Parts: sequence; structure tokens; C-alpha cells
Amino acid sequence: MPQIDEAKAKQSAWADDLYALMRAEGITQFCFVPDAGHARLIDLSLADPDAHAIALTTEEEGIALLAGADLGGARGVLLTQSSGVGNCINMLSLIKAGGFPFLMLVSMRGDFGESVRWQYAMGQAVEPTVQAMGMMTMRVDRPEDVLPTVSAAMNSVFGTGHSVAVLFTQKLLGAKKL
Amino acid sequence: MVTPAISAALPPKFILDRNVALPKLIGRHEDFLVVAGLGSAQEISALMEGRENFYVLGGAMGAASMMGLGLALARPDKHVLVVTGDGELLMSLGSLAVVALKNPPNLSIVCVDNGHYGETGYQKTHTSQGTNLEAIAAGSGISRTMTVEEDGQIPTASKLIREANGASFVLLRVAPTDSVKYRVNLDGPSARYQFRRALSPKR
Repeated sequence: MPQIDEAKAKQSAWADDLYALMRAEGITQFCFVPDAGHARLIDLSLADPDAHAIALTTEEEGIALLAGADLGGARGVLLTQSSGVGNCINMLSLIKAGGFPFLMLVSMRGDFGESVRWQYAMGQAVEPTVQAMGMMTMRVDRPEDVLPTVSAAMNSVFGTGHSVAVLFTQKLLGAKKL
Repeated sequence: MVTPAISAALPPKFILDRNVALPKLIGRHEDFLVVAGLGSAQEISALMEGRENFYVLGGAMGAASMMGLGLALARPDKHVLVVTGDGELLMSLGSLAVVALKNPPNLSIVCVDNGHYGETGYQKTHTSQGTNLEAIAAGSGISRTMTVEEDGQIPTASKLIREANGASFVLLRVAPTDSVKYRVNLDGPSARYQFRRALSPKR
């Protein structure tokens, strides 16, 4: 799996610090559908005895899961690929109507230098669709912006109850070459 | 436990009166944190309105089981009861696999199965045409499952949802009749605030 290894190597520069930052902010529930763009974060959560790593079958399950976590006073994050964002749209009703805080980290495909035609439809629709459902979006293109952006997003989410999608673009993650 | 092979082999019985069977199955609701999804919202609201151990969904169909899981993981000191319906659960079958994977000892799911979409005019759901949700729950990996379709089975199920050996699932088959009419609280943020405050009064 050379492409996966390459993706993991790119993330290793910042993913460990990002995981530590989220844990320090009190996040204990990490939910995800397996994804190369979030591979390092997912591995870290699976190896963490003090956090819950929750493998989902589809991304919208994570929204309901994290609303339940909030009812119990816990914090969580959904790690999703851009295609998974499309699965989430109606379930974002729960966030908006219920007033739940919600943090989503999106690894983008169909974004910058994408070589697979099938990824563009949902990739290009991520920002307009989640914005239409009431979420703020923040794009991250450079490794040095990862921590400050997620930190700002967590302030908005857990401090004020907003919902935020942080988009890790293909400028940051790299695009697979054909 | 009724094995899926047995319950699937017999024709399902949709005869119990939901307005009697569900309160009897739940028993002392103070034993639980309750999340009620679509298909049971009115009767659970009638039973528990004003109680702070109760959160009811007015939409977001398919959310109930996963909300219960998130809550159960967040509060291992409390027993969480999800009450959902066949229509809602059919929309989120994968969540049963996620519940099985995490298998929290403090989570029980009761699915009130009337075989119909009562809210939209009693169109048949798949469960009155061959689909067996207990078999799906067991096949998803939930080890403690049971079907209740006769009054005599209720006490065993009532005990099952209070045990803390792992996630449990009860399929409660009922007649396709209306639940008690009740105006459900649709003010989500106020319900969230009350629920959180009751659980963590100092926060």
C-alpha cells in the first residue's frame, strides 16, 4: 500500500500534535470511516486507552453519536473524507435543530490536482452543502496552519456551540498521481 | 434469548397493544437515561414528559441508536435506553453493527415494531413483509437479543434491558394501531440544556 504509506508520512509531520491538541481540549470520542487522509489520527485514537475510537459504517452515524456524547457532557470529532460529507446532509438537521456543538475534520478529494473524475462531484459540493446546513467551513492548505485552525474551530464549537467543518485540502494532503 | 433462526421461522405476531406493552416493558424509567426516536416519541413523551432523564427526537430519522451509543460511552455510570421504531431502525441498520463493535454494557435498544410507517399513513414497512430486525441485530453482532410478541415474554425482556453484560436489543412487536396522542417537545436546544444540566449540575 505505497500510496497509503505516502499519505501517512505526509501527515506524520502534524497529525501527532493535532491529536494531542484535540485530547488536551477534552475530546474523547473519535469516530470515522477508514480513510487514508486521516489514517494517522485514526491509528492514534485506536491506540489510545483513554479515548473511544468508533468505526462507523457510514458518516452520518457519527453526527448522531456525537450529539449523544454531548448530552452526556463528552466531546468528540468526526473524521471524514469529502465523499462522506454527502452522507451527512440530512443528519445535520440534528445539529441545527438540536443546538448541538459539532466538529468535523474533512480530508478533501476532488479538490486540487485530483486525478480521479469520480471524486470531483462531492469534493466540489462540500462547502456549499455544509454551509447550506448551517456549518462554518475553514480550509487548511499548509501544515503550519493545521493546529491554529483546528484550535480556532474547537473554540467556536465547544465554546459557543457552533458547528464547524475544517477542510484539509489536497494542497495539504497531496493528490494521488495517476 | 430467542435465536433468530427460531423467530424467523415462525410467522410474526403483531398483536400486543403498544400503549400497554411498552410502559410495562420499560418499567421504572428512572432506571435509565432514555433517548426516544421516531416511532415512539409520543408515547414515551406521555410517559416521561418533564423528566430530566429523557431526550426526544422530533426529526433526524435514524439518529436514535447512535445517540444512545454516544451517550452510553460518555456516561458509563448510567444505563442508556434507546426506544426507536421499525421505520427508523430500517433507515440506520449499520448503527447496529457499530453498537455491536463497541458493545457498551450500559446500552439497551428497544425497537417498537408495528410493521408500518404510522406517521405517514400506515404504509407497510419491510418488517411486515419478511424482514426480521432481531435477526439483523443478532447478525450485526449484538449477542443479547430477544423478540417480544406475547404478554408473557415482557418480564424477561424487562430484565434483559437492565442487565449490564453488554449491549442488548429487544424487538417489541405490536399491533399497527396509533400510540397515545401527545404533543412532543420539539424545542431541541431547551431539551439539550435540561438534559445536560440534570446530568452535570455543576457545569
